[in-house]
Amino acid sequence: MRTAAATLTGEIAAGERECAVLARGLRKRYGETTALDGFDLAVPYGTVCGLLGPNGAGKSTAVRVLSTLLRPDGGRAEVGGFDVVTQARQVRYRIGLTGQNPAVDDVLTGRGNLEMFGRLYHLGPRAARRRAQELLEQFNLTDVADTPPRRYSGGMRRRLDLAVSFIMAPPVLFLDEPTTGLDPRHRLEVWNGVRDLVAQGTTVLLTTHYLDEVDQLADDISVIDRGRVIARGTPDELKSTLGGDQLDVVLDDPAELGRAAEALAVLAGAPPRVRPEASRLTVPVRERVTALTEALRVLEAAGIAVRDIGIRRPTLDEVFVRLTGHHPESGETDTPADTAVDPAAGAGDEDEREGGR
Amino acid sequence: MTRAHDPHGDLVSGGSGVGVLAPTRPPETPLARLRWAVVDGWTVTRRDLTHWIRSPEEVLGGLTFPVVSVLLFGYVLGSAMVVPGGGDYREFLMPGLFGMTMVFGMVITASAVVTDTSRGVTDRFRSMPMAPSAVVAGRSVADMIRAALDLTALLGCGLLVGWRAHGGVAAFLAAVGLLLLLRFALIWVGIYVGLLLRTPESATTLMTLVLPFAMIANTFVAPELMPSWLGVVAEVNPMSATVAATRELFGNPGLGGGSWLARNALLMAVVWPVALVAVFFPLSVRRFRDMSR
Repeated sequence: MRTAAATLTGEIAAGERECAVLARGLRKRYGETTALDGFDLAVPYGTVCGLLGPNGAGKSTAVRVLSTLLRPDGGRAEVGGFDVVTQARQVRYRIGLTGQNPAVDDVLTGRGNLEMFGRLYHLGPRAARRRAQELLEQFNLTDVADTPPRRYSGGMRRRLDLAVSFIMAPPVLFLDEPTTGLDPRHRLEVWNGVRDLVAQGTTVLLTTHYLDEVDQLADDISVIDRGRVIARGTPDELKSTLGGDQLDVVLDDPAELGRAAEALAVLAGAPPRVRPEASRLTVPVRERVTALTEALRVLEAAGIAVRDIGIRRPTLDEVFVRLTGHHPESGETDTPADTAVDPAAGAGDEDEREGGR
Repeated sequence: MTRAHDPHGDLVSGGSGVGVLAPTRPPETPLARLRWAVVDGWTVTRRDLTHWIRSPEEVLGGLTFPVVSVLLFGYVLGSAMVVPGGGDYREFLMPGLFGMTMVFGMVITASAVVTDTSRGVTDRFRSMPMAPSAVVAGRSVADMIRAALDLTALLGCGLLVGWRAHGGVAAFLAAVGLLLLLRFALIWVGIYVGLLLRTPESATTLMTLVLPFAMIANTFVAPELMPSWLGVVAEVNPMSATVAATRELFGNPGLGGGSWLARNALLMAVVWPVALVAVFFPLSVRRFRDMSR
């Protein structure tokens, strides 16, 4: 009774105050759409939490509430120990926010951006200049320091955006799909930037629909679907509790795939997936250790020639499909945001990509 | 992570290059809040002014239309123009162009606002501990500085084509004051419209809507010479009040029309801007607040 009431009103228990980010029962509706529907989250200091979910699951709404941009309809949230609604200004001294589009001034130079935002964080003029120089070095932007961001590549714009978010070395950093629309090389640049910040003790809440991104960066994952968290754990935990191990078998003769699937059914925890074009069979198995020897024995007994066999953890992709029933971000192509790093060319920008608010 | 706090807001950096560099508490006294509001507002103003310094073509582009209008209307069409009560057409025209430039300023404000909201810069400002009023205050100051410069350029242009202010220094300053008052009122219209728009491109379309507003007024032609229904529309146009009032103060020809509005242009040149602010200031504030709903 007591716990039920606490969840309903979004009370925060005393022991949870150690968390950098804490949300209890957050609710937010836009007209008919429910964006957040009892959203709970706890991110301990110094960790990276990945918020994973398909488009429209409520990831961005959650980040907007936690970064004081949006008032929740119900529930409570604290960041750095301050309430995001009633103590918004204190929260704002302690957070950095990098949204889906790089929110930098396109006309000021990279350095000019860092100095202006530094001044707005109430640094003195000298301090703002010094901090700008430090950040330009830290984020590898010294070469383009005096160029306006409209001539940057997509990756450079994101890094400048990250640098602005990091002016105050905030204890908590929100990254809302920081690499959407970036090509792999630029994505790697952003990841390295994030890793550096984490190494310095920053707590990060990262939303993404790229599974490899959370796999690379996150200590802890919360899977969100339809405005609530439906699973959480470390990447390994999610993989082992939800997916089980996967046995991959490649045959010499694709015609025998059907017979092999039948033979391996005894080991399977779920129906095997057959991919004839690769002459490959994937079987979710229950017992990791015995599965491999058992499989070999069964296949030999059936007289099926095996070219390759191996056991592996499931990918987060497989876990995600199991949890939500659909593929993350099906349909979105991963277009490179920009052309090469060429300050002379008036490079296009990727701003129009995701509607934004 | 090493952190050092310095209440005065100057750099106290940790050895690792990381460290908190400014107060982590909001200003507590009203005086401190006011100080930050002023400092933050000025930072935003400087940013907006830098935009114009970096892209002078934009500023010059904004002045092209009024200057071309001086030539087009003053010389090409001027001979065919009739000034009620007689007088030089270019003397009649210039106050109209001063007013028109102020009205076009609304588009400058709206497009700056929509550029910031659509690019996420406004959200970045909102996620920062800066004074919430600074975004708008900074915008207003920058726009007023630009309006004063635009007006100066156009006054110079008027002097070149033979326009003169005949009313003395006090009347001259009053006229400039009324023009800037109209511009100030239109900042709030511009902010509201800018918050309604979704893309910076739509601000260009806005210009085609503002143009008739600037034409269906006493800018180029006296309303009494228009079809009567259109003349009424032109007289009610807030811009007409400002233009008629400045003609009166500059001692330029073209005063006329027996209507109450025409006879009380000086009064209306104050009433209209105040009314616009009274309507659009609360609308803008509400629209801004709605961003967090």
